[in-house]
Parts: sequence; structure tokens; C-alpha cells
Amino acid sequence: MTALGVLGGALQAVLVVVGSPLLVGLMRQVRARMEGRAGAGVGQPWRDLRKLLGKQPITPRGTSELFRVAPVLLVAMTLVVAVVAPFVSTASALPPVADLIVVVALLAHGTVVLALAGLDTGTAFGGMGASRETTILALVEPTALMAIFALSVPVGSTALPAIVGSGLQDPARVLSPASLLAAVALLLVVVAETGRLPVDNPSTHLELTMVHEAMVLEYAGPDLALVELGSAMRLSVYLGLLANLFLPWGIATEAGVLALALGVLALVVKVAVLGAALAFAEVFLAKVRLFRVPELLAGSFLLALLAVTAAYFPA
Amino acid sequence: MSVVGAALAATGASCAGGVLAALAVPRARRALVVGMLTCVAGACATVAGAAAMLGHTWAAELPGLLPLSGVVLGVDALGGVFVAVGGAVAVAVALYGIGYSRHGLDGRAVQAMVPVFVGSLLLVPIAADVTTLLVAWELMALTSLLLVVAEHRRRAAVASAGRWYAVMTHLGFVAILIGLLVLAAPAADGSFAAVRAAAGALPPVAAGAVFVLCLVGFGSKAGIVPLHAWLPRAHPEAPSPVSALMSAAMVNLGVYGIVRVGLDLMGGGTRWWWLLVMALGAVSAVYGILQAVVSSDLKRLLAYSTTENMGLVLVGVGACGLFAATGNPVLAALALTAALLHLLGHAAFKTLLFLGAGSVLHATGTRDLDELGGLRAGMPVTTAAFGLGALAASTLPPGTAFVGEWLLLQSLVHGLPAPGVATSIVLPVAVAAVALTAGLAVATFVKAFGVGFLARPRSDAAAAARESPPTMLAGMALAGVACVVLAVAPTVVLPVLATVAGDLLAVAPPVSGAVTVELAGVTGALSPLLLATALALAAALVVVLPRLLVARRARRAARLWDCGAGPLSARMEYTATSFAEPLQRVFDDVLQPVQDIDVTHHRESAYLVQSVAYRRLVPDRVERRLYTPVLAAAAAWGRVGRRLGTGSVHRYLGYGFVGLCGLLVLLVLTR
Repeated sequence: MTALGVLGGALQAVLVVVGSPLLVGLMRQVRARMEGRAGAGVGQPWRDLRKLLGKQPITPRGTSELFRVAPVLLVAMTLVVAVVAPFVSTASALPPVADLIVVVALLAHGTVVLALAGLDTGTAFGGMGASRETTILALVEPTALMAIFALSVPVGSTALPAIVGSGLQDPARVLSPASLLAAVALLLVVVAETGRLPVDNPSTHLELTMVHEAMVLEYAGPDLALVELGSAMRLSVYLGLLANLFLPWGIATEAGVLALALGVLALVVKVAVLGAALAFAEVFLAKVRLFRVPELLAGSFLLALLAVTAAYFPA
Repeated sequence: MSVVGAALAATGASCAGGVLAALAVPRARRALVVGMLTCVAGACATVAGAAAMLGHTWAAELPGLLPLSGVVLGVDALGGVFVAVGGAVAVAVALYGIGYSRHGLDGRAVQAMVPVFVGSLLLVPIAADVTTLLVAWELMALTSLLLVVAEHRRRAAVASAGRWYAVMTHLGFVAILIGLLVLAAPAADGSFAAVRAAAGALPPVAAGAVFVLCLVGFGSKAGIVPLHAWLPRAHPEAPSPVSALMSAAMVNLGVYGIVRVGLDLMGGGTRWWWLLVMALGAVSAVYGILQAVVSSDLKRLLAYSTTENMGLVLVGVGACGLFAATGNPVLAALALTAALLHLLGHAAFKTLLFLGAGSVLHATGTRDLDELGGLRAGMPVTTAAFGLGALAASTLPPGTAFVGEWLLLQSLVHGLPAPGVATSIVLPVAVAAVALTAGLAVATFVKAFGVGFLARPRSDAAAAARESPPTMLAGMALAGVACVVLAVAPTVVLPVLATVAGDLLAVAPPVSGAVTVELAGVTGALSPLLLATALALAAALVVVLPRLLVARRARRAARLWDCGAGPLSARMEYTATSFAEPLQRVFDDVLQPVQDIDVTHHRESAYLVQSVAYRRLVPDRVERRLYTPVLAAAAAWGRVGRRLGTGSVHRYLGYGFVGLCGLLVLLVLTR
């Protein structure tokens, strides 16, 4: 635990909590402009959150404590990832937790908690959303682990600071076949895990197509605010991980005001550009049928397997 | 006499006392006395095992007990691990069994069999010669078989499960018998020390054959595909405490056998042995969890999950042997440590899950997930226990299985540079199998817990479920505590396990650390304790911070969203079958489910539907492809054989005459 790590961790937590609704706002705004609408502005998700937080909490009849605890756990798990992963600085606030396997599994755990809450409502929608989300998770998780593995084998460690640091020192490694294949696979993982097109449509409320929204249909008021915040944080954390694993430049390696400021700026720019690009691409995509999604995920699993095999046969 | 010896003597005495008590004590007190004595036996064995793991060894010979070779006992650190695990499982199960036995399981025979079974499964890892091992193994097989069929009068399926188990376990025994006899042939006597010294004298082909035979025999006990057919039958049909003992303690001994014979007695062997072990482990892990994810029978699901977890353990054991054979003992020790830790974690959470499933069965009379649900209201403690077990089993942090899997992946990450093409193909495929298993395990346990315990009751039995008696809850609590300790503070046992693995491979312990799991020789660190603390702090922050910002108003209860169509009924809920349907569809080609939809129309109009019947069956494909033809061939052979014996004495005399002539001709020709 170093000064840089602690400072970076605190900065990251604030940055992710404050910035992630803005990222969602940005992505919606890009999409609106591309579709020829004026859009609600970048700050709209924050205005929504403020409104929801001020409402009276509502518990649907027949649900248990798990339903009420799930949003808190979702945000808490994402918050821990936001603190420990190297986003702003290469040092981590808690080095023994900043492991790529731990981080990805922790993010998956957030989804699992929400799926259980969806099942807990006992409605058809809740069960349907939970079933679909769990199916996608079960297929995405292997791809994520394989991609992690492909990135870790050349570095000889699954520790995030080590992987990011090695990318900084040896830029050629970022362009190796294993790394590129893993990048594509991880991109698909991020798209699937955060419920973006073409896997899930975040703005749909049609029962035939809903995945994530069906699962959280019963949430309202402050609970819904936490769910929305948690989802936004997951999106920015995933994009941040993707950015720093493959484009680590700009991240702070020492504890100076200038270095940290540069680190924050680099992260904001990278995540904003990635998010905008994702939103831009989504305009041209339609959601695929639920039963075509596994084909997409099987493709990414294959890419990840190739990445691991490429990593085992060093050039 | 050392600590180990004294504790083991106490174990033996308690087991014997348990048997006597089962025969002598009247029915009203029988389960209590036998349960307490078995509990004491388990506790003593745990102490003995722990002491052995810490380096206290013990050996004894009882020459008069068996003809010819006598009984030779000895505990080393490796055996100590399995004694400790078996003992600890026995404590929780015996305590639980006191309450569970009230429902028709307090007969003399069943009660007497439990301590014998516990004793025999503790005897296997302390056997120090071939004969003792074989006798203990057979005793374990017979007593477990008798316990599996304990409820055969109530359900017809029990008898069939018992037959499968009896045949499979004895085929396995024959394989082990042949393998160990060939192995012991060049040795001076059957003791492990002599066998170890003489193992080098075996020619490579014979050594390979011995290893494969032992792998088949021990692997069938561990439930490895394709020898797993008995497991998803016997575990669900056995009484739940027995299922827990079998699934958490007995299957481990299959792994013990492979490690003992392959790594210890035969000293490592060549690369292909371990590639084979790894491949079998990977196939078992994926196949097991695939069957588990589509299963709607709670105990069958858990049984298939055992196949999966034993597969993962064998991937670790295989990696260990592979790294040892390619000259990297440090990594080998790390892989073995991962395998042992996963084995320990599996024992803890599988005990908890089977005991939880037993409570559900006890309270509702069904283990069909499609008829359960809503148990959290009537059975809060069981629900919490099962939830904890499900978290532990689903390889998510901070869970029990996660630490073992993390260690296993660490050893595979550092398996570079992989020498040989076969190795560089098998290692990535093994990683893929582990990864696929992790994802599907999550889905499996979300289904088991979410559908079985949350939501609303799907049947009257589930709605009327009441909490189990305190002894059953106490048994679950013990297993739950073990799960939590292994999840949050695995460092309590990891250094000891690492020493065991290190000693076996003659290197320094590969894992150390008090709060953080630190790997020696390779980079890598993980601290489940810090992770759990960070999560708790973050959760507290998330609860407190919004309350500081916005004034909180009182919670209000509201109706569930029912689309304005009136109250929702339980029939509108997702069931376990519908929950797993998307995954079943994705893995259609592998699972090949059999679906049957029967639509009956009204007599007046073909457009009006009167009723729809839907039936889905996911048969075990390995079983259908592999076992059905063999069974059919055996049956055909039997029919042919029947034609030979018509009952005519003349014919039998003729057979004897022809046989004798043939023998004489053979003798003349070979002289």
C-alpha cells in the first residue's frame, strides 16, 4: 500500500461515482445527435438520480431482504473495483486485491446479486430477466477468464498493476497477436456484460427483448437510483479496464500532483472516446435475437482461446 | 504413543462404541447416542489428521488382524489431509444425522452402518500396505452401499441406484486390485515403503498399465467421466447425511488414491499419464457442470456438481504431475496445493449443500426444484445456509471455491514455457475448461438457490415447509463456519497444505502468508480477508452516504407489477426448467435433450386447445452411448448362455467330457 496507490484509489472512486452518470449521459447524447434528436444533455442521468433518491422507498410485497440489499451490494462491489484497479495510477490501493481475475469475478458477482433479486420478486419478468442475464453471464465469464489468461501469460502475473506496467514498458507487447485477439474478445465481453447493443438494448422496455431491464423492473425510488448508478459505474469501470489494459499511456506512475492530474485527464479522455465510439457504433446496430447472442459469444470465446494458444507459443 | 496414535485409537474406539450402541440402545435414544459417538470419532480423526499435517507421523502393525500380511497402518502428512477432511465432514454429518434419523432411519442396521462407514473412510488414508488399503476400500464400498439402499422400501429408484453403485464400485475395485498387485509384485512385501523402493524396477509399459488401472479404479470412485454413471444415481437416492458423507468425504479418496499411487508410490511417472489425468479432469468438469445446470432435481444437481469439482481437482493433480515430469517442481507443488485447497473447500460447501438439500427434502418431501420456492419464509436458517453454500460453490469472490480456482489458474499461468506440442495444446484447453466451468457453475447455483429458496412457493408442500430441528441446524452451522473460514481466511490452512505438497515434491512450500496468500517462486498475491473487509466497508458507505445527502422517508409496501391483470399466481413464475432453458438450448448439441409436446384440441374445433402436456428429459449422453450398448451386449450374452444350460444331465456330462479332453490336448501340445 503506497501513497500513490491510496491517492489514486480515492481519486478513482470519486471519479467513477461522479463521472459514470456523465458517461451514460454522453453516450445518450451522441446517440441522440446521430439520430437527429436534440438530446436531453449530458447531465440528465444525474438529474434522474437526484429525483429518484428523493422519492419514497417502496418494497414490493413478497420480496425478501435480498431484494433490498442487492442494489447496495451491486454498487459496493463495483466501488471496490473502482478503488483497487489501476485507472489513474499504476499503484493500487490494495495490491493483494488488484488481481484481474478477482476484479472481473467481482463485477460478475454484481450481476449475480441482481439476478437473484430478480428471481426473488417471483414475477414472470423477474425470472425471465434473471434467466437471460445468467445465461449471458455464464457464456461471457469463460471468455473474460480466457482473455485475462492470454494477457497474463506473457507478463507472468495476473496482477493488474503488473499487466498495465508491462504494457507501459513494452509497447510492442500491446500489439502482439495474443494481445490483439484478447482485446477483441474483451470488447465483446464488455458489450455483453454491460448490456449494450447488440446483446441487450438499454433503452427498451419490450418484454420480448428485455434482459437487464426485466430483471430490475420492480425497483423504484432510491433503490432504482442505486441500480442505475451501479450499472453506470460498471460500464465506466469496464471501459476503464479495457482502456488501461490495451492503451495504458498517460497513467500516473509516481505520486505528484501533475502526474495524477495527467492520469485523471488521460482516463477521462480514453473512457469518453471509447464510450462515444461505442454509442456511435450502436446507432448502426440492431439488437440480435436472444438465441443468436450465444453465437456471438462463442465467437469471442474462440478468439480468446486463440489468444491463449498464441500466448503459449511465444514468437 | 504419539498424539496421532492416541487420537486415532480414540476414533476407532468411538466407532466401535457407535456400532455397539446402535445394536444395544433402544430406538428412542439410539440416533442421539450413535450420532454423538460418531461425532466424537470424527473430531478425534480431525485432530489426528491435523497433527499429521503438521508433521507428526505415526505407524503401527497389527499382524493378527488379517491373515498373511496383517494390518499395517501409518499416517503421513498427505494421508493426514484426507483423515482431517473425512473427520471434519463426519462431525457435521453425525450431528445433523441425530435430527434427520427420526424419519425412519433409526433402525439398528442403518445406525450401526454409519460409524462403520465413517471408520472405513478414515481407514483408507491411514492404510500403509496394499492389503490393508484394499480391505479398507472394500469395507468402505460395502458400508456405503448398504447406506445408499437404506430407504429402498420407500422408493423403487433406490434399488436401481444401489445396483448401479454396487457394480461400478466393484469394477473399480477389480481395476485397483489388479493395478496394485502388479505394482507390488517386484517389492519385498506389500508395505508402501517396499513398494515405493521397488517401483523403479517396473518396465515402463507395465508402469503405465498400473497407473491407468489405478486411474480407472480410483477415478470411478471420484466420479470421473465416463465412470461417473453411479454418482448421479446413488447420491440423490441415499439419505441426505449419507449423500453428504459420500460426496464430501468418500469421493476425495479417489483423488487420494491417484495422488498416492501416481505421485508418491510410483514417483511421478511420465508426461502422458498426467496429460491423461488433466484431460479426464477437464472433460469431467465441463460435462458435470453442464448436466448440473439443466438438472431440476436438487440432489442430482449437487451430485453432478461433485463430478465437476472432482474434475477441477484432477486438473490440478494432472498439472502437478505434468510440471513435476517436465522438471518444474515448484509449480507442481503449487498446482497440488491448489488441488488440495479446492478439495477442502469442496468438502466444506458440499457438506453444507447436501445437508441443506436434506433439510428441504425433510420439510417438503420433494427435491424437485420446479415444485419448491419461497422457502425463505418458513426455513430462514436453511435458506441462509444454502445461500452461503451456493456462494461458496460458484467461484465468485469472496467465496470458498474462488481461492482454490485462483490458485489453480496461477499455476497454469506460470506453466510457461510449455515443453512439447501436446502440452501446449492441453494446457490452453484445460484453462478453457476451467473457465467454462466457472461460468456455468454460477448459473447452476443461481438457479438452485434463486428458484429453490427465493420467489414464491410453487407447491403446497413448499408453502407449508417448516424449519428443521436444532441438531440439523447445528450440523449445517458447523459446515457453514468451515465455508466462511476457508473463503475469508484460507491462510489458516494454506501454509500447511503447501508444506504437505512441498514435502511430497521435495521443494519449499509454494504458498505462504498470514493475511495475504503469497506465492513463492512465482509472482502472485491474493487477500480474501482484505477483499471481504473492503466489500463490507464499501457496502456500509453505500448505505450511509445517500442518507446523509437526502432525508430518508419510511418504506412503503406495494403491489408487484402484474400488468394490471390481477394478482400473480405461482404458475406465472419461472421454474428451474424454464430458467435453464436458454442454456439448454445453447448446449443442445452436447446435451441432446428429449422434448415431448402433446397438444390436445377441443372436439368441436381444431383451433381451440384443450390441454398442452410438455415433458423434457435430459438423459446422460455418456451413459446412453457407452453403458447401454455394453449392458445390451451383456444381456445378449446372458441369453445365449441360457441356451447352454437346458437342465439335461447328459448335456452337462458332455460339457465336462469335452472340457477335460480339451485340457488334455492342450497339455499334450504345450509340453
